[in-house]
Amino acid sequence: MLEIRNLVVKIADEDKQILNGLNLTVNDGEVAAIMGPNGSGKSTLSYVIAGKEDYEVLEGEILLNGENVLEMEADQRAAAGIFLAFQYPLEIPGVATMTFLKAAMNAQRKARGEAELLTPDFIKQVNAAADKLGIAKDMLRRPLNVGFSGGEKKRMEILQMALLSPSMCILDETDSGLDIDALRIVAEGVNALRDKSRGFLVITHYQRLLDHIVPDTVHVMSQGKIVRTGGKELALELEKSGYASYGEAA
Amino acid sequence: MAAVQETIDQVKSIDVTEYKYGFVTEVEVDKPAKGLTEDTVRYISARKNEPEWMLEWRLDAFRRWKTMTEPNWSRVNYPPIDYQDLYYYAAPKKGASPKSLDEVDPAILETYKKLGIPLREQEILAGVAPENRVAVDAVFDSVSVVTTFKKELAQAGVIFCSISEAIQEHPELVKKYLASVVPVTDNYFATLNSAVFTDGSFVYIPKGVRCPMELSTYFRINEQNTGQFERTLIIADEGAYVSYLEGCTAPKRDENQLHAAVVELIALDDAEIKYSTVQNWFPGDAEGKGGIYNFVTKRGDCRGKRSKISWTQVETGSAITWKYPSCILRGDGSRGEFYSIAVSNGMQQVDSGTKMLHLGKNTTSKIIAKGIAAGKSDSTYRGMVSAHRKATGARNFTNCDSLLIGDQCGAHTIPYIEAKTATAVFEHEATTSKIGEDQMFYCQQRGLSEEEAVALIVNGFVKEVLQQLPMEFAVEAQKLITISLEGSVG
Repeated sequence: MLEIRNLVVKIADEDKQILNGLNLTVNDGEVAAIMGPNGSGKSTLSYVIAGKEDYEVLEGEILLNGENVLEMEADQRAAAGIFLAFQYPLEIPGVATMTFLKAAMNAQRKARGEAELLTPDFIKQVNAAADKLGIAKDMLRRPLNVGFSGGEKKRMEILQMALLSPSMCILDETDSGLDIDALRIVAEGVNALRDKSRGFLVITHYQRLLDHIVPDTVHVMSQGKIVRTGGKELALELEKSGYASYGEAA
Repeated sequence: MAAVQETIDQVKSIDVTEYKYGFVTEVEVDKPAKGLTEDTVRYISARKNEPEWMLEWRLDAFRRWKTMTEPNWSRVNYPPIDYQDLYYYAAPKKGASPKSLDEVDPAILETYKKLGIPLREQEILAGVAPENRVAVDAVFDSVSVVTTFKKELAQAGVIFCSISEAIQEHPELVKKYLASVVPVTDNYFATLNSAVFTDGSFVYIPKGVRCPMELSTYFRINEQNTGQFERTLIIADEGAYVSYLEGCTAPKRDENQLHAAVVELIALDDAEIKYSTVQNWFPGDAEGKGGIYNFVTKRGDCRGKRSKISWTQVETGSAITWKYPSCILRGDGSRGEFYSIAVSNGMQQVDSGTKMLHLGKNTTSKIIAKGIAAGKSDSTYRGMVSAHRKATGARNFTNCDSLLIGDQCGAHTIPYIEAKTATAVFEHEATTSKIGEDQMFYCQQRGLSEEEAVALIVNGFVKEVLQQLPMEFAVEAQKLITISLEGSVG
């Protein structure tokens, strides 16, 4: 369970405050969507949860299963179960995707005091997960994300999510840059991971992603706060009325 | 605090105490007075019992050197070197020219043991498959203290000994090949080396012989204010093959130490020489105090048809590196390769690269150079590829990549390309990239620690070159690179 209480955040080295006393709870098994106009602080929220260093938390707390994650480094948060699917996944030249996956999985296992994966088990797991997402074997041998299309990069994020088996998944604008077919594959990948022990925070500007990943709750974010909470029908309402009433600049 | 800022702060506070080979060995040494005169040259020659022709050769080089000036075209800065304030020869007193290991000063044996270089054959043999054995020539300051597996190599007709011994035992080979690749007056440091060279290795692989094991030389500079003037000569006769590895370390000292080496390789028809270097001289401390000045001339001559010479180097040490292992592609169809990883941190300065001189027809060459700069270091790749007008069908592929860590280091690429035949095909690719804060965050978000993330990215960057090293050295080199970059991120 992810609990965020009265979170106030500013950009480090600047006076600009982005989150202004945000409260949010995502229960295990829940799929929560955050929608909001551009500049409302949605991506900042995802980075702050994951531990990016460009921000300074002035007030509030973030608890994962009761533990304060603000005390942890980004890699410790990952090992504790937080996964962020990036809006723009980074390229890692020269590092084969397989090598990266193995390093990441073993680093998390090590942090949790578990033994390293045996290579045959690792390969089996990767192949099974890749098949489900329609990721070709030769792509796993290529350097991670280098020269991948937008759709391939997003699928690779979901593959990592599946393999790292986090308890809290954050998807930051996962639908951006995807055509409808790619969107469907990615959404199916996410839906397959829905589980009563796992929470999702789906950040999106558009309603269309939520046709494929149907949320339990929808939160509207504006000016660094959650301003409205409802069920999945709230997303449809926003689609019709737009964010005008939530202060999006015209 | 942002990761990159932390990196910078870490680098600022970096102390190169990670250098684990920085210990000093206490041995009594024999050395002449400081400074360089004809008498110094005579002293060195006399200490080595050299024949008259060798002394004359040295004196001739010395006279020429006196008329030359130090080159200053490279992108490195250092205070003027006072050549009269150095010792040019230092040899352990105890057990000079030992007949067996039992006569070698135990302190020296202990040194090599500490460095992880076993010199007793039975120790080397323990648990090592015959095909993985390595014969070692150990050079301590100015003398070779021991060469292992000589007998077994001799059975295959291979000569592997110190250059001093070769001058005594195989003068005809030395006379024929010495300075045939790097002429005495090639450059200031090569001429200096010709006058005062002390020791190094000599290898001769006869016709059609594939050297039965890896050969290696381990150079150690121990004495204070002493220059090491290594001279190595490797000849692979027709159809022969040899793989040779050189390793280097030195104690941590406040003064800079000079290492001016000359290495010559000669490959005759269908012969192949693979020369690998893992250079880990003391790089100096955080303020740039101390460290080795490494001014080295390395050149291979693909004299025969279809011959091949490949240089592989992993360079993590030295305060200053000035080094361009090159290939003269004289024989038709010959091939030259250069694979390099240069890691610089702290205040290190590197100006290094290669030359591929295509003279024969259908000659090919390949250059893969990877530079990693961290701290306040400065790294320059300088490379020349040229084709003579008769070198029809010459081909070269060059790839130089630089990786920057932090924002106080520099990387430069200076390629010189000259084709005098229209049939030459030269390709040059170069990239410069930086380990970005976002890349680091991405890796950490997947559970990798900062150290692991840097190691992963750096290993991905240098993989292509590491693959060229003999297996056991590749592992060592990988560790070495990680150690050299330790503390370069927060």
